[in-house]
Amino acid sequence: MRSERISGWILKAYLVVIFLFVFAPIIASVVFSFNSQRFPTIPLGSFSLEWYEKIFNDADVWTAARTSVIVALCTAVLSTCIGFATAYTDYRYQFRFKGAFLALALLPPTVPLIILALAMLAWFSKLGISGQISSIIFAHTVLCSPFAMAIIRLRLSQMDENLEAAAWNLGASQWATMRSVIVPFTRPAIIASFCLTAAVSFDEFAVAWFVSGLNKTIPVVILEIVQGNIDPQVNAIGTLVFVTSMTLVIIAQVLIMTSQKRDKIS
Amino acid sequence: MNDTLVEFRQVVKRFDDFVAVKNLNLSIAEGEFVALMGPSGCGKTTTLRMLAGLEKPTSGDILLNGQVMNEVSASERDTPMVWQSLALFPFLNARQNVEFGLKMRGVDSAERKKRAIHWLERLDMGEFIERPVNQLSGGQRQRVALARSLVIEPKILLLDEPLSALDAHLVIRMQGVLSKLQKELGITFVYVTHSQSEAFAMADRVVIMGNGDVAQVGSSREIYRAPANKFVAQFVGRNNIVSGKVISVDNGLVHFKTAFGTFSMRSPKNTAIELDQSIDLSIAADRLSVEARPHGAEEISQIKSGTTNSEPNQVHCTLISEEFVGAVVTLFFETNDGTEFMVQVQERELDELNISQDANYILSWSVDAAHLLDN
Repeated sequence: MRSERISGWILKAYLVVIFLFVFAPIIASVVFSFNSQRFPTIPLGSFSLEWYEKIFNDADVWTAARTSVIVALCTAVLSTCIGFATAYTDYRYQFRFKGAFLALALLPPTVPLIILALAMLAWFSKLGISGQISSIIFAHTVLCSPFAMAIIRLRLSQMDENLEAAAWNLGASQWATMRSVIVPFTRPAIIASFCLTAAVSFDEFAVAWFVSGLNKTIPVVILEIVQGNIDPQVNAIGTLVFVTSMTLVIIAQVLIMTSQKRDKIS
Repeated sequence: MNDTLVEFRQVVKRFDDFVAVKNLNLSIAEGEFVALMGPSGCGKTTTLRMLAGLEKPTSGDILLNGQVMNEVSASERDTPMVWQSLALFPFLNARQNVEFGLKMRGVDSAERKKRAIHWLERLDMGEFIERPVNQLSGGQRQRVALARSLVIEPKILLLDEPLSALDAHLVIRMQGVLSKLQKELGITFVYVTHSQSEAFAMADRVVIMGNGDVAQVGSSREIYRAPANKFVAQFVGRNNIVSGKVISVDNGLVHFKTAFGTFSMRSPKNTAIELDQSIDLSIAADRLSVEARPHGAEEISQIKSGTTNSEPNQVHCTLISEEFVGAVVTLFFETNDGTEFMVQVQERELDELNISQDANYILSWSVDAAHLLDN
């Protein structure tokens, strides 16, 4: 009994240490973003919003934020649409080379980012569309679609295999079934996929750095600031980016989990 | 009065190498309650799905109302189905589920709501109209599924093992609900099941299927008392199957030889019996009687062939196991050569028999108890 309790405590402590190790840099960044001192040293100075004021007054940061938001939204819409179409194709149809089709659809995240980024850059300049906002959107869509597909595919796999047939049986055409059964059923996954792909795009640095040209996204701007000197502005931007991404990821997680739970009761 | 509503004409369904339905010919009348029954994989669900337009026959025609339906899509058939999994839309509440079919037919929302509520109330679901379906019990969801199919006022309702997920006491109750509904509405029910009790309790006509073929069509009693062939006899009820060879025919009796003795049966009326013919018989387990074998009555007459009703067929055997289902007990016996016999007796008769395993018993059956099976 006693030894069990002790090992229980040890395991809990171990877990806490792991999480501390993982989150310490982020927590430090958040803490120092509110610190009045220029250099990240302990003891801390006083509480200050100086660095936030500074970035709010920085036109470059605003432009980058605008670019990032546009890219994230467009990427989210495009990759969710492509992901949905791929996932539904996989769910509904049997065809030759389906295995190859799926492997191809899930391939992009397995390619090293640098390779992907370089290839994108070369390809876009050949097509004459490099260095534009649209080029970042295209590149990010390639990167994010497989995530969208995976999320929506998971949801479709939880669907009663007769649900579609039941709709046809009650007089719904193929399109009506898509509209009134498939989309409502997968809605939590669609929204989750939208949030998650937006978060991935919003955070993504390597590909954006290669293909963005003058249309810098937030991660690219952060790198440029860090390269120049040590500037607590980075902590402030980092904190905001972290909060945005985490919010999106948490929304996605909650949606996926609650929709699973709801099905389980039934 | 009863016109044909559904007709299967030489319908064949093949999935790659597997033949699910072989040359099915069947007609179903308007207002009839037909059960398709058989073990899993016998083609009963495929038959139902073809009728609903969810599978296309490989060859042959399916007619509904005298019209060939082969090219009519599932969504244009008006053949609503109650699914084994129910397939309710989990993101809609009870009323919205029921409204679905009406919505697809372009009925306006006020009318839709009125009709959905009417059907839910009719099926005693008045309290749960706005309830999400995942907060309903199994029996309640069953009723929603029924209302969802019936609200479009079809001439035919297809049911695919709809009660298989319910608790035993609910099954009996839903059987009552279904029978009553079918009589009140006067529409055709085609009911697929592997459960003999469901099929026999509700259907006007039972179609027994095996390996993609129709093995027998008839009323519950016909099938129970006179199974057409070995497959039906084994699948339905508790039947003992005895195989033998005819050795003589006289006096209205057929005498035949089996692995464990020579027995007699009344000559069947409509079938000619020839000498040396191989025959299969079924003897219902409740038509055998058991008595304890007295000590001393030794191996002199291990078996006895009946000659008249007063002198039944007898065989000696030992008890191997028993199975209780309430008031009826099934006893399993084995003869010397290992042939098994099932006998059904009332639970209260057990005391008199002084049942104990490995004790010796005499089973007897009259010459009228055996029923000849088609080969």
